[in-house]
Amino acid sequence: MSVSAEISSLIEPILQRHAWRPDRLVQILREVQEAVDFISDETAAHLAEALKIPYAQVHSTRDFYAFFYRENRGRYRVLFSDNITDRMAGNQALFEHMAKRLKLERGKVSDDGLVSIDYCSCTGMCDQGPAILVNNRAITRMTLRRVDEICDLIRGQVPLDKWPAEFFRVDDNIRRADMLLGTPHEPGKAVRAAIARGRDGMLAEMKLSNLRGRGGAGFTTAVKWEACRNAPATPRYIVCNADEGEPGTFKDRVLLQSYAGRVFEGMVIAAWTVGASHGFLYLRGEYLYLLQPLEAYLAGMRAAGLLGRDIGGVAGFDFDIEIHLGAGAYICGEETALIESLEGKAGRPRVRPPFPVTSGYMGKPTVVNNVETLCKVTEIAINGGAWYEAIGTKQSTGTKILSVAGDCARPGLYEYAFGVRIAQVLEDCGAQEAIAVQVSGASGVCLSEREFGRRIAFEDVPTAGSFMIFGKQRDLFEVARNFAHFFAHESCGFCTPCRVGTVLMKEIMDKIAEGRGTQYEMNELLRLQQVLKPGSHCGLGQTAGNAVADTVQKFRPAYERRLAETDFVPAFDLDAALSRARELAGRDDAAAHLGEEA
Amino acid sequence: MNAPMNPRKLRITTTSLSGCFGCHMSFLDIDERLLELAALVEFDRSPITDIKHCSQHCDLALVEGGVCNAENVHVLRELRANAKILVAFGACAVNGGLPAQRNHLDVGQCLSQVYRTPDGSATAIPDDPELPLLLDKVYPVNEVVRVDYFLPGCPPSADTIWKFLTDLLTGRTPRIEHPLLKFD
Repeated sequence: MSVSAEISSLIEPILQRHAWRPDRLVQILREVQEAVDFISDETAAHLAEALKIPYAQVHSTRDFYAFFYRENRGRYRVLFSDNITDRMAGNQALFEHMAKRLKLERGKVSDDGLVSIDYCSCTGMCDQGPAILVNNRAITRMTLRRVDEICDLIRGQVPLDKWPAEFFRVDDNIRRADMLLGTPHEPGKAVRAAIARGRDGMLAEMKLSNLRGRGGAGFTTAVKWEACRNAPATPRYIVCNADEGEPGTFKDRVLLQSYAGRVFEGMVIAAWTVGASHGFLYLRGEYLYLLQPLEAYLAGMRAAGLLGRDIGGVAGFDFDIEIHLGAGAYICGEETALIESLEGKAGRPRVRPPFPVTSGYMGKPTVVNNVETLCKVTEIAINGGAWYEAIGTKQSTGTKILSVAGDCARPGLYEYAFGVRIAQVLEDCGAQEAIAVQVSGASGVCLSEREFGRRIAFEDVPTAGSFMIFGKQRDLFEVARNFAHFFAHESCGFCTPCRVGTVLMKEIMDKIAEGRGTQYEMNELLRLQQVLKPGSHCGLGQTAGNAVADTVQKFRPAYERRLAETDFVPAFDLDAALSRARELAGRDDAAAHLGEEA
Repeated sequence: MNAPMNPRKLRITTTSLSGCFGCHMSFLDIDERLLELAALVEFDRSPITDIKHCSQHCDLALVEGGVCNAENVHVLRELRANAKILVAFGACAVNGGLPAQRNHLDVGQCLSQVYRTPDGSATAIPDDPELPLLLDKVYPVNEVVRVDYFLPGCPPSADTIWKFLTDLLTGRTPRIEHPLLKFD
């Protein structure tokens, strides 16, 4: 197999830029696709040869990521974000409208090879949805009119760069600012403060602060840093996890868009404390539009002596940051899957232990921190651990940013000291008629009205930041079904309980939605959850059934009104399943049909 | 103490739908334990007895094989209607198994390929009403009727079947654990 000279000439500079390094495979694939629209088997074989790696490795990596295509998906690839908040904002009607205008079916390319449309997982624009991606560029606030405009632009083959800038506007929507969002940033102040405290001093302040990770798991940051620092191997790495894939979360997007200095300085301080020389920002593919501004910011930091050699004038303190992009895989938010992806492989979670702090990127000690966590580090460097520890609750110090979306008057970011009640958040964002809140995304917990007195904190309701509100007109069954589809799509397929369990759960939810469910299916759902939760390899499978289990328990009527009254209903239409054979045999006698019940 | 001297024998019905009878063969592999079993149960409709239809009130139905045609649906419904407990017996009943390999193909294409005249000029798909029509796909049993227990394995070993039956017959919840629980 060989590729045309034209494709080869487009690929060559990309390979050159990445020095033919196989561990850059994911980045290479992304850039190749950007250049030639899709990665055919021939292109994959060409890459394997050039990188001197097995063809199967390129093949499997390409097929793992949702945003890499093996077949031509058109020069314009439109993806509609399909989170439940997009659904509530009417994305399905918009999708149908565009499909009709372009005369397209879901997932099919137009006859002239120009355009395709499909759905994708949450793109992190829940406060300004419905959102779409066109060739991975985010477009927000979709309306029927905007759909028409986009159809015209595509038909006219206008390059994306010439589309109205207004389409690509992404607002911050900061509604309640506290110590992070509300404090002006003074570039370099935090790094200088950390250097002044010394490596040991900074770690001591971190311990005092009792800062816990903001990515969801809530591991104590100082413990992570110390373990990495004490690991004998070098070099050490700092990774910032900006693969914000949890449906309903968008705080990291805002932090990277308007508070990037804090994120990067947090990484520099982490590097200073643990003695790392290299850092990565793993940015989710959906936030491609942030890449250039972030690169520019990094260049500015280098010029200001905050990155590169002898940072802050300290001889020998060398550290630099590189940005890697994801390609549409939720699982890469799991830290070991993220590291696999950084190494150019499919993002499948590793077996732990060993933990990344001793054996992470390239088998070397690696700290993986969330975007928000790193921002908090700069506050601790400037103000000290004791000051920080005084804010929030005993086990959850400091403030937390919530990404509020769904049925409320003012969706956006809300920063509170830990310990805030759910009811308070609902009051502030103008959600008078909420019947449920999904906290911490699809993998989180669904709270009903009677639980609105609970508090956001690791002691009570822990969260990675997502806060989706459902008003009284909403159907919680559809919410859970949306999440079930999400997990079935995002399971990496590594372990059987998750690979099979998430699909079974999705199919049962669909069966109930079609009115074919009975009490039997209700029992099956809970039985599946009992296998998924303890049996799955990583957090994805362990939490995949949460939303279903929660809603079955708290919103049972939403399920029961859909159940058939009989003992059991088949999963499919039996008579229709005979139709093809009936037609071919030319029969229509009684035995050629199947009734509802024998 | 007051147990009747001759407790009623439990009534078992078995069938092989779209299966290979391998699970039934494995069942027979319980060997001399068959005698022990015969003291406790009697067989109703089953390939072993050649009884053509279920009598009412069977206690247990063992269903081997997936559901591939209309007749399979009728047999399965008959067993479900007459048995208190229905077991998806073996890999094909649980997942569709080997026959489900055809699910990747269009059933129409399959038929026209198979019933092509030798020179390939025409197809002659039989239309005799005696012949059951094929479903578009091979389905696992649980997509057509309610299933009470799944006994995986291709086939489940004789020991697995024995453990399962003795658990049920003595009124315990059947528990199949490693090394008896196997999916291949």
